[in-house]
Amino acid sequence: MSPPLLGVEEEVQSNVSSPSVDCGLGLKERNYLGLSDCSSVDSSAVSSSPDNNKNNLNLKATELRLGLPGSQSPERETELCLLNSGKLDEKPLFPLLPSKDGICPSSQKNVVAGNKRGFSDTMDGFSEVKGYAYAEKSWMFHDAGSDSESPQTVGHGKYPGNSGANVILSARSPGAQASVKKDEPANVLQKQPHATNGINLKQTDISNNKSSAPAAKAQVVGWPPVRSFRTKTLATSSKNNDEVDGKPGPAALFVKVSMDGAPYLRKVDLTTYSTYGELSSALEKMFSCFTLGQCGSHGAAGKEILSQSKLKDLLHGSEYVLTYKDKDGDWMLVGDVPWEMFVGTCKRLKIMKGSDAIGLAPRAMEKSRVTN
Amino acid sequence: MRKKMACSLPDEVLEHVFSFIRSDKDRNAVSVVCKSWYEMERWCRRRLFIGNCYAVSPRMVIRRFPEVRSIELKGKPHFADYNWVPDGWGGYVLPWIVEMVGAYPWLEEIRLKRMVVTDECLEHIAKSFKNFKVLVLFSCEGFSTDGLAAIAASCKNLRELDLRESDVDDLGGHWLSHFPETYTSLVSLNISCLGSDEVSLSALERLVGRCTNLRTLRLNRAVPLDKIAYILRRAPQLVDFGTGTYSADLQTDVFSNLAGAFYSCKELRSLSGFWDVVPAYLPAIYPVCSRLTSLNLSYATIQSPDLIKLLRHCPSLQRLLVLDYIEDSGLEALSSSCKDLQELRVFPSDPFGVERNVSLTELGLVSVCLACPKLQSVLYFCRQMSNAALVTIAQNRPNLTRFRLCIIEPRTADYLTLEPLDVGFGAIVEHCKDLRRLSLSGLLTDRVFEYIGRYAKKLEMLSVAFAGESDLGLHHVLSGCESLRKLEIRDSPFGDKALLANSAKLETMRSLWMSSCSVSFGTCKLLGQKMSRLNVEVIDECGPPDSRPDVCPVNKLYIYRSVAGPRFDMPPFVWTMDEDYALRDS
Repeated sequence: MSPPLLGVEEEVQSNVSSPSVDCGLGLKERNYLGLSDCSSVDSSAVSSSPDNNKNNLNLKATELRLGLPGSQSPERETELCLLNSGKLDEKPLFPLLPSKDGICPSSQKNVVAGNKRGFSDTMDGFSEVKGYAYAEKSWMFHDAGSDSESPQTVGHGKYPGNSGANVILSARSPGAQASVKKDEPANVLQKQPHATNGINLKQTDISNNKSSAPAAKAQVVGWPPVRSFRTKTLATSSKNNDEVDGKPGPAALFVKVSMDGAPYLRKVDLTTYSTYGELSSALEKMFSCFTLGQCGSHGAAGKEILSQSKLKDLLHGSEYVLTYKDKDGDWMLVGDVPWEMFVGTCKRLKIMKGSDAIGLAPRAMEKSRVTN
Repeated sequence: MRKKMACSLPDEVLEHVFSFIRSDKDRNAVSVVCKSWYEMERWCRRRLFIGNCYAVSPRMVIRRFPEVRSIELKGKPHFADYNWVPDGWGGYVLPWIVEMVGAYPWLEEIRLKRMVVTDECLEHIAKSFKNFKVLVLFSCEGFSTDGLAAIAASCKNLRELDLRESDVDDLGGHWLSHFPETYTSLVSLNISCLGSDEVSLSALERLVGRCTNLRTLRLNRAVPLDKIAYILRRAPQLVDFGTGTYSADLQTDVFSNLAGAFYSCKELRSLSGFWDVVPAYLPAIYPVCSRLTSLNLSYATIQSPDLIKLLRHCPSLQRLLVLDYIEDSGLEALSSSCKDLQELRVFPSDPFGVERNVSLTELGLVSVCLACPKLQSVLYFCRQMSNAALVTIAQNRPNLTRFRLCIIEPRTADYLTLEPLDVGFGAIVEHCKDLRRLSLSGLLTDRVFEYIGRYAKKLEMLSVAFAGESDLGLHHVLSGCESLRKLEIRDSPFGDKALLANSAKLETMRSLWMSSCSVSFGTCKLLGQKMSRLNVEVIDECGPPDSRPDVCPVNKLYIYRSVAGPRFDMPPFVWTMDEDYALRDS
């Protein structure tokens, strides 16, 4: 394991002394994967010049003509040439079993010689070692923010013998080098690229994962992938066994929501809301198309965006009321009991027409009007 | 009708030979040899597997295969299991049932996975298929105990009723009592998913008593522990048994009764259930442990010491499902006690908790992989992993065929080096040459996909979440994985270029799911319009995708190959991109 260690140390020093300026990529050292710049990873980002890769292009451009006519953007070809599987075989990207592969002697030599992180090193036919060093990678193309020059050079230098994509680790001596930049790992983990919406990772929790008081973590929706059957079962188990670790109630509580006149049910996770108001707005959004009576053709629904207040009026006026079925099987109006109690007893939700809900206690109805 | 070719075998001979060919792949291969073989094969195909119910229409199936006796259909995408597919998406089996009622009056077996089954469907089945024998509803929904009652009442030849993990509406009515007293042919019954009050115990006991061929019985949680002994004594021939709740106040007579009942089950090879376990009752199963090959303790909230004691009695164990309460120490014990282990699944006891609640790390998995030479299939939830561990696993267990690792916190790096886990997973795909299924997690760059594209030539299913950095990652997979059939991706920065460049590949796969990625609406439209044999469906609950610019990414995308054209049973939040889309929409 010593060669890599040596290499790593060297990297540390080299990185400390010569930050990304060497690479000429305009990367900040602490960007683990340079991701903050390329977080806008959509097609528009890939503007930069593939021209210099034309020499590589021609061979491979034909090979991968699987794309649609009209979709042959130059960028595509560029990337594809970079992936050149033929040439991939030549170079040892794989540091795993140098001896067995029989293709790594050169890489080992390179390792010892110095795995500098700088961009220039990729020109030296350097290939990575046991996970501690990475050369630049084609994703730099997508570095939307960086100057156009860098991707070019990246493209060129990227294949020491065209060994395919390697990941750059600018200042990426993270590994053992806690001493160098203690905050790196934290930043590293913080600046993950989000493809799009939908991720609510609490960054501080990641960096402070050893700290004693994690704030209420915003959960990533639907993660980890555990079947709802299992989640429900475990939730009930833990309640039964009194295994209270300060865990606030069941992990996820899906209840079915039906609406008079709607062709099918939806499901909501009650634990994602903390007040009746939140639940109510979520349901309004979910069933808005039905309320409007526009659940026919595509594109018809939702062309106008209903103002929330208008919808609220619909739901809370004489049209619809929200009811739920409790543990005993009785249908009650939503809003009667404190929220936590409601979550504990609600088995099913139903959006009924106001006229159907007349049978429920009038005092409760009035109360629900007030609270909602 | 059937022409005899000069130098071919007579039809009767062909038919006889084909009857020995059971696997779908072989059948499909046979059918493309020549026209006469195609004809012969299609008339004698009895068993069908349709991995995506929307890939073909019922009529097309019936037209080609007129004499089917057994059909298996799958509906929703796999990610529906985790609630990532909104309700109402589709997967309705009724159209199939309706067509088959007319075309296959002698249908015997229906197996469905992730489909919407209504009571009406069940009633059709009960009334129309006179020789109906097997109903398996795996992770299905939409039906109630009324539908089950119809099945029970009418299917005189029913052998198997398996409702595993389905969502059944309890309407009361004691559906089990609808099995007539004359009915004795039950071989397999799995009602473990049913909620509390959906089973009448006395009806169950009578049923078990008169069905002497019963081999599999999986009870639901409502069946109390003290009833198990009675049931087991009525069915000592059981091979596969699932308990109900395994908890009661400890009483010696109950215990010894239970132990005696287990002792009498000499054929028992598989145990499951074990909800709410009271550890003191575990030794009651010791009499059968030495013969056990499969043990599902994944609902049992018992701690490592009890698990270790139990596992020491199970040297023949091949399959173990367990919660992470087993901890590294328990897995260590497992690795020394159960050398025949082939499949291990470790589930999280507290998946949504922020802090670690058990001492389960990568070391547990490594110890099992090192010591169990037959281990092929792994599903492991943990909170830390290292490249070194993965490399060790890969080097020592090249016979892995399924490797699903879920590091609970998204994008968790190698905890030792803080590197991405590319190298580790790369080792897995490089060494495990027969790997068919892989689920990734942790911090991963495009590089891991490069490795996958290069090495994972037998990979059929890949699950990706919070991984990769650019389209290159997706491109590596689509261009390199020759055997890929199903690809499911969430929250990864893969977008248009890779899809467009590999659009033809999509026709060689069953399906592709991408959610919270970077695929633009424009690309979806393009794909849908150009690729006539692909259904490109955009799922967006926020409103029609064309209310936003074309470059905006779509929320969820599901692409699957189909010869049936676009479907028409979509809810309002699903849009099919095809040639007509633009026309319809304007």
